[in-house]
Amino acid sequence: MAQVPLLFEMGSPGRAGYRVPECDVPKKPLEELFGADALRKEPLPLPELSELEVVRHFVQLSRLNHGVDVGFYPLGSCTMKYNPKINEDAANLPGFARLHPYQREDTVQGALQLMYELGEYLAEIAGLPRVTLHPAAGAHGELTGLLLIRAYHESRGEGDTRREIIVPDSAHGTNPATAAMCGFIPVEVKSNERGGVDLEALKKVLGPQTAGLMLTNPNTLGLYDENILEITRLVHEAGGLVYYDGANMNANMGISRPGDMGFDVVHFNVHKTFSTPHGGGGPGAGPIAVAECLAPFLPAPTVEKDADGKFYLDYDLPQSIGMVKGFYGNFAVLVRGYTYIRMMGPEGLRRASEDAVLNANYLLARLKDYFDVPYPRICKHEFVLSAKSYKEKHEVRTLDMAKRLLDYGYHAPTVYFPLIVDEALMIEPTETETKETLDEFVQAMIDICEEAKRDPETVKTAPHTTPVGRLDETRAARQLDLRWRGSS
Amino acid sequence: MGFTPVTDQDRQAMLDVLGLESVEDLFQDVPPGARFQGKLDLPEPMTEGEIWPHLLELSSRNANLDEYVCFRGAGAYDHLVPRAIGHILSRSEFLTAYTPYQAEISQGVLQAIYEYQSMICLLTGMDVANASMYDGPTALAEAAIMTCGATRRAKVLAPTTIHPVYRQVAATYLRSRDLELVEIPAPDGVMALDVLKDHLNEEVAGVLVQHPNFFGCLEPVEGLAELVHGVGALLVACVDPISLGVLKAPADYGADIVVGEGQALGNQISFGGPYLGFFAAREKLVRRMPGRIAGATVDSRGRRGFVLTLQAREQHIRRERATSNICSNQALNALAATVYLALVGPAGLKEIASQCAWKARYAWERITALEGFAPMFQGPFFKEFAVSCRGDVDEIDDHLLQKKIIGGLPLKKLYPQLGSGMLFCVTEARTKEQIDALVSALGEV
Ligand SMILES: Cc1ncc(COP(=O)(O)O)c(C=O)c1O
Repeated sequence: MAQVPLLFEMGSPGRAGYRVPECDVPKKPLEELFGADALRKEPLPLPELSELEVVRHFVQLSRLNHGVDVGFYPLGSCTMKYNPKINEDAANLPGFARLHPYQREDTVQGALQLMYELGEYLAEIAGLPRVTLHPAAGAHGELTGLLLIRAYHESRGEGDTRREIIVPDSAHGTNPATAAMCGFIPVEVKSNERGGVDLEALKKVLGPQTAGLMLTNPNTLGLYDENILEITRLVHEAGGLVYYDGANMNANMGISRPGDMGFDVVHFNVHKTFSTPHGGGGPGAGPIAVAECLAPFLPAPTVEKDADGKFYLDYDLPQSIGMVKGFYGNFAVLVRGYTYIRMMGPEGLRRASEDAVLNANYLLARLKDYFDVPYPRICKHEFVLSAKSYKEKHEVRTLDMAKRLLDYGYHAPTVYFPLIVDEALMIEPTETETKETLDEFVQAMIDICEEAKRDPETVKTAPHTTPVGRLDETRAARQLDLRWRGSS
Repeated sequence: MGFTPVTDQDRQAMLDVLGLESVEDLFQDVPPGARFQGKLDLPEPMTEGEIWPHLLELSSRNANLDEYVCFRGAGAYDHLVPRAIGHILSRSEFLTAYTPYQAEISQGVLQAIYEYQSMICLLTGMDVANASMYDGPTALAEAAIMTCGATRRAKVLAPTTIHPVYRQVAATYLRSRDLELVEIPAPDGVMALDVLKDHLNEEVAGVLVQHPNFFGCLEPVEGLAELVHGVGALLVACVDPISLGVLKAPADYGADIVVGEGQALGNQISFGGPYLGFFAAREKLVRRMPGRIAGATVDSRGRRGFVLTLQAREQHIRRERATSNICSNQALNALAATVYLALVGPAGLKEIASQCAWKARYAWERITALEGFAPMFQGPFFKEFAVSCRGDVDEIDDHLLQKKIIGGLPLKKLYPQLGSGMLFCVTEARTKEQIDALVSALGEV
């Protein structure tokens, strides 16, 4: 496929892709309004393009990109499920898309009702009573949740002593990063031979300095921690609170609720579990559900309903941690999530989780003879394989196999994560894929394993059929070129 | 059911391969105490045909800006959104992709990010930009944190002319890292440099300024950077990207970091989100930046291509020592901003910015000529201005609503001392006729 020129390499002076209406009020000289000093002297060197040139440019770019609608996307931990089209239509309704966030509450009752009810659904799915919809993504939910935990300890006079957040070695990078960002000291705890939290190691690090523990369950190995009740009990016993990283909630809907497992605060990744599109990296939404003891510290405003059934924004939260974001959350993403939950219903959500787990176990069963399986157990919605034997015997790394998968028309699994598995491949099929797709993917994986033995060079130099060949990341980091700097 | 294609037959076939009796067997590892019994208390499922009328009904209970004329801004703006943007955003290859971890099949997203970064650099005059933050307030907050890291100091100054919500979010983020936001009083609608001077010393990491500020006023940015740099601190400018169609690039008045809310660039107003925070800085600060950054490189055959780069700053590599915990960002909103700037071009952006200024000026002249309405602050303003009103602002708001006008934002919630104030916003999307209708409605109360 031909390369697409940069926008800056196209166009011609005097062209424009959008016409602004004629100005119908007096035009005062800008020097008079602002003073000459405040003004831009040179015209902006932006490209000048027709609407068709712009549309073609972006359509051409889009064709260089893989997405769920293009093909299978088994990117572990990211829940790349199908994004129903009606979600988009819902979010684009003028009665949702064309609302100013500072409109009076009586003019946005429908929007507030949607947020209020979504909050109730999320509370039910989490098994925890109170919700804030503010956080913009999972990591932002983590930030909000840990600040709540910090405020809770501070309110009890233990803010200065409870400074440690325990994070398993299998945790996602955002967990320790969030802990540090919230002024905590992250303390790593080892996993045991079954892939769960090592209880003895946990007991050793728990104490009066413990603010809490962050955990995802099923964890990043795709394994349900059988000791979960004991883990949350131990943390509570030590006076800490337990944070649930909800990235893996797609395994649990209607099956096992974080609140019932003993967690005090949970974030949802609406862009994963509730089918909202990932947009090339975002936007998502990361609402959190919390136990009653954390509710006084929630960011303002919360969405509430009065005795007459009117919805309103409650800013009266004197113990609040403060705001974490402008306005009330990524509303248009929440509209999509709401639409999905209403269409699925309680049994639909449970069925989705069941099928996500079934699809993952089926894939694992079909692939287990070809890879090392570090934790040979029933998995949940995803699982982790290791390609270390190919590295040892054929010098073919996980990265090479991932790149080769691109030639077969698939997005690669998540690779080299979690960090505790050598040459890791983390595979999450989701429930929206058919058995036929899974079977084809298995065949591609088996073919690549064969190639790795027979013809390792083909795998090591992959991909071969993509718009560009393997890209030089080292060069990108050494010879920084982060923006267009004019034609040279 | 729903969007799950797995039939009962498929289930059986897969269970046979697994050697299991039922799907239930897949959940043996869930201890009984953690197992949810029964059915979630949620509404029963709806088909597309059933939910659509429900969504229409819910959305119809909101006064939308196609039917109401909006003179409200304060961080969310009703600018014209070119139709082509929505169509490009709905391309599945952009919409249903995630962060471009596999660069070779993500060149579309990566090149668009590179183009976005380039455009933000052109607008702001900065050397580098990231791929987006959650929104304007969080971008400002991360910038404030960055000034502390870069200077190894713990105090950031913010005049009260910065949007109160931006200050609150920055304060939350700073407090969480045991850093401090100090508010500098600015009762005259702009910051006073001599007051700022009193607070500036070698403990200050950064000074934040919003320009134009919350009240729409242009801040005295000339000479500000010299003061700030004089004590070894960094200057963070939070700007309206539309204003940069006519106003000087922040680099030209000495800003070190430039952030802002990018919603105005072709994004729907959507009741407050999703928007995007843009984030740009001087080259020397690039390794301290939060968020994703795309860079150009070459492929195995020497052809140009794009990848995510400088990842050693980020949480998935650096973990607790990362510059930020951000992972998912606002990529699709940044794409909208890129398409917007490509469509309107340099002349279009200048015209849009100019029309904002002219129309706001026209509205200001007409409103402040009404008896009992007076400007709250002196000095130049861009597309927003504060007016003290005759009578009760809630009654005014009511009256305007009856005329299908969403009037200026009553200021009393955000600035209790400005109880009689309304903050009006006039963009290029407003017409003279609409402004005249606003003025006559105001004259009636
Ligand atoms: C396990 C886990 N935790 C946290 C996150 C962070 O979520 P987000 O990208 O929405 O901030 C992710 C997602 O990428 C994840 O996979």
